[in-house]
Amino acid sequence: MACVSPDGRPTENGFSMLKAIAREALSPEDVAEATGLPLFRVRSGLRELEAAGLALGSEGRYLASDKGREMMSQA
Amino acid sequence: MDETSEKIVAMPRIGEPAPDFEAPTTAGVLRLSDFKGSWLILFSHPADFTPVCTTEFMAFAEIYPQLQKRGVELLGLSVDSVTSHIAWLRNIEEKTGVKIPFPIIADLNKTVATAYGMIHPGDSKTETVRCVFVIDPNQIIRCILYYPLSTGRNMDEIIRIIDSLQTVDEHKVATPANWRPGDKVVLPPPQTTEAAEERMKQGYECVDWYLCRRAL
Repeated sequence: MACVSPDGRPTENGFSMLKAIAREALSPEDVAEATGLPLFRVRSGLRELEAAGLALGSEGRYLASDKGREMMSQA
Repeated sequence: MDETSEKIVAMPRIGEPAPDFEAPTTAGVLRLSDFKGSWLILFSHPADFTPVCTTEFMAFAEIYPQLQKRGVELLGLSVDSVTSHIAWLRNIEEKTGVKIPFPIIADLNKTVATAYGMIHPGDSKTETVRCVFVIDPNQIIRCILYYPLSTGRNMDEIIRIIDSLQTVDEHKVATPANWRPGDKVVLPPPQTTEAAEERMKQGYECVDWYLCRRAL
């Protein structure tokens, strides 16, 4: 996966996206603008983060989960 | 009596929605819908670690900044594994210094290749031919190129196609043979006799009522 390593930890891009959604739920477009990453990578990456339990998606917006915030605090 | 069966293969067509897919790539799992809102060039190559394909990838990498300026993303495909793709890209960078910046689909089960009509058994029963699908931000197919295994594609023409399609969309015109940005464009032909009469009085550069050019 591009944003979550096989050990379950976010990659650099993954951390970048988590940081953007740490405090408020954002759309993929907002995350792309905040991170400077291409929109297609953000859409794919947010799905990965959600599948790994690091983000919560609802109505097209994503917010870092408790697990995601914990990962960021350990980084 | 011999029985023969003909397998009908779906071929995507210009003006129709691009076939949807979800596929493993060198940038993780990507869906066609991930590219919605951008122009996309989906292209196939026969195989990793082959000579013509390597020159094409280096050429695509060279034009990548120009495509980015035009709001175009690139996505490659071959019937190779992700690990093969990764090894090949690392080899290209090590041997030539060229970093390939776009993702490549690993279509081992040929799902995407089949949906896009990329396998042409007369040229190869197992590898894709060299296809280019230009897909617009609404995910409609706007242009299709099919090249044989033997013949590398021309990057100038691919950029020219993008420039033409974006110009056509913006200005509602058409582009004539060998058109380059800055050249005059062709007006859509009149659809009524009255419009044809009017066209000749509008001061355009006309061969006749159906072939008129103007500067943008």
